[in-house]
Amino acid sequence: MDWQTLANGLFPDGHDIVERDNFLSGTGRIMAAEGSQTVAVIGTTEHAPIGIEIALAQAQAVLRTVKEHPGRPILILVDTQGQRLRHRDEMLGINSYMAHLGKCIDFARRQGHKVLGLVYDQALSGGFITSGLIADACFALPQATIRVMGLPAMARITKVPEERLTELAKDNPVFAPGATNYLRMGGLQALWEHELAAALVEALANVDAVDRRMLLGQERGGRHMAQAVAEAVRTGGDVRPA
Amino acid sequence: MSSYLELSARQRIPHLFDAGSFEEFLPPGARVVSPHLAQLDAPVSFDDGVVVGRGLLDGQVVFGAAQEGGFMGGAVGEVHGAKLVGMLGRAVIENAHAVLLLLESGGVRLHEANAGLIAVSEVMRAILDVRAAGIPVIVAVGGANGCFGGMGIAARCANTVIMSEEGRLAMSGPEVIETANGVEEFDSKDRALVWRTTGGKHRYLVGDCQLLVADDTDAFRAAAIAAMKDARGKGAALTLEDLQAEQGMLERRIRDFGDAPDPLEVWRRLGVPEPAAVPMLKADAFLAMAAQYRAGPGTGEN
Repeated sequence: MDWQTLANGLFPDGHDIVERDNFLSGTGRIMAAEGSQTVAVIGTTEHAPIGIEIALAQAQAVLRTVKEHPGRPILILVDTQGQRLRHRDEMLGINSYMAHLGKCIDFARRQGHKVLGLVYDQALSGGFITSGLIADACFALPQATIRVMGLPAMARITKVPEERLTELAKDNPVFAPGATNYLRMGGLQALWEHELAAALVEALANVDAVDRRMLLGQERGGRHMAQAVAEAVRTGGDVRPA
Repeated sequence: MSSYLELSARQRIPHLFDAGSFEEFLPPGARVVSPHLAQLDAPVSFDDGVVVGRGLLDGQVVFGAAQEGGFMGGAVGEVHGAKLVGMLGRAVIENAHAVLLLLESGGVRLHEANAGLIAVSEVMRAILDVRAAGIPVIVAVGGANGCFGGMGIAARCANTVIMSEEGRLAMSGPEVIETANGVEEFDSKDRALVWRTTGGKHRYLVGDCQLLVADDTDAFRAAAIAAMKDARGKGAALTLEDLQAEQGMLERRIRDFGDAPDPLEVWRRLGVPEPAAVPMLKADAFLAMAAQYRAGPGTGEN
C-alpha cells in the first residue's frame, strides 16, 4: 500500500503528512472517544534503506514532538529494506544514529507519549529494530513483509539446506518471513485488516509502556522459552516449560 | 596483566569483578539451551553463549553479563536474549549500583532469525529501563568478534562504552557490505581499513566510545569502576538535554565528515597532526595525543 492511501485510511478527518527523500513526517487527526486528537507521524517509504540522515531526521521529529507537544501520541510508519549498507554509514557510526533514534523514541514513551509502530509494507532487521520494534506496541497490515533475511541467504549463512528451512518454516514461525509469524512470536501486537482509522483509535486507547512481547509470544505459541527464561533469571527460579 | 581479547567470556568475569564475588544466574548446570538449534543440526551450548549474574565491582553490587564470541559469534538467540533481559530486569528490582555488559556479538543469531531480532529489541528496551531507574549501564567491547548488528546499537544505549584498540564496534560487518555493494564499497580483506573504520581508536576520536584502554583486563576493570562512579555522579537516566546534545553531535558529524572518503581524512579534519601514524600508537600515547582533538567531549552521550 502506498503511503498516501495508508494516510488517508488512517486519518479520514485529515492529515498534513509530507514526504521528503523517503522520510515521512507530519500530523494526523483522529476522533477518539474523548474527542478530536492530533497524532504525530514519522516514518519512511519506498522501502528506504535507513542511513544516518534518515535516522537522524526521525529522531529530530520525535524530539521536536516531545518538546513542543508534550503527550501527543506518535505513530511510526515502517517501510524499509533495512539499514543502509555503505562504508560511509559505518565510518560515521550508523549504530550510534540508530541507537539515538531508539533512545529518543524510548524517551518519548517515558515522558508519557504513546508510541505505535505500523509496518505497512516491508520491515527488515536493522531498519525495524529502532522503529516499530521499540514502540509501545507494533502492528502490521496483513500483507506486510517482515524478516531478518530471506530463506536463501539464511541457508547460505547457516549452512542448512534451503529445502530443510522451507520445511521447518511451515510450522515454526522463527524461520519464515511474514507478519503472522511475528504476530505469533509476540513481536506484533495485532494485524490491522480493515477500518484502519478505527484500529488506530482502539490501539491508542489500549497500549501502555510495558513490554509484554515475551508473554504474548508464549501465549500464542511462537516463542516457548523466552518468557520462562527471563522470569527464571529475574526471580532466581527454575525454567518451567511453557 | 592479561589480554582481554584472548580470554573467553567466562574467564573475563573474574578479572573484571571483585575476586570470587560473581554469582551466575541460570548457570550451565541448569542446561537451558536454545530450542531452535537441534533441528538445524547445529550444536547447542549449556549457557547459550552468555553468562549473566550479580557480583561486586569495587565493593558495590553490580549486575553483569559476558557474551561468548566462541559460540556462534556471540549472536543473540531466544534464550540468550531472554537471559540478558531477565538479568537487566532483576538489576532494577534489586536496585543494582550499576550494570556491566561485556559485549562480543555479531548481533541477531540467524539460526533463530525472527526470535533473535525481537530479542535484541527487548534487550535494548531493558537496557533503557535500567538507565531510567537511575542505574548506570557500562559496556565493554574488546573481544575478537567485535560488537555488531543489533548489539552494536544496544551498546550505544549504555551510559559509557569502553573499548580497546582491538575492539570493533559497528552495525553491518564489512563482509555483509562487500557482498551487498561490492569490494569497491568496502574491501573486507583490507584489515587496516576495517580497523580504521570500526576499531576503538576511530570510535574514540569521533565520540562513540567514551573510554579507550589497552588490551588488558586490569585496564578494562579500572575503566569500568571509573565509568560507574562518573555515571552515578551525573545521573544515569537520559534527559531531553542529553538527547539534544547527542542530536547536535551527530548532526555536526555529518556536516564535518559527511564527504570524507576514509577515516584518515576524518582524523585529519579533527586536527590530528599525523593521521597515518594513529594506528601504530600505543594506547597511552594515543590517548595523550587524542585528548585535544576528539569530537564532542561533553556534548556526546554520557
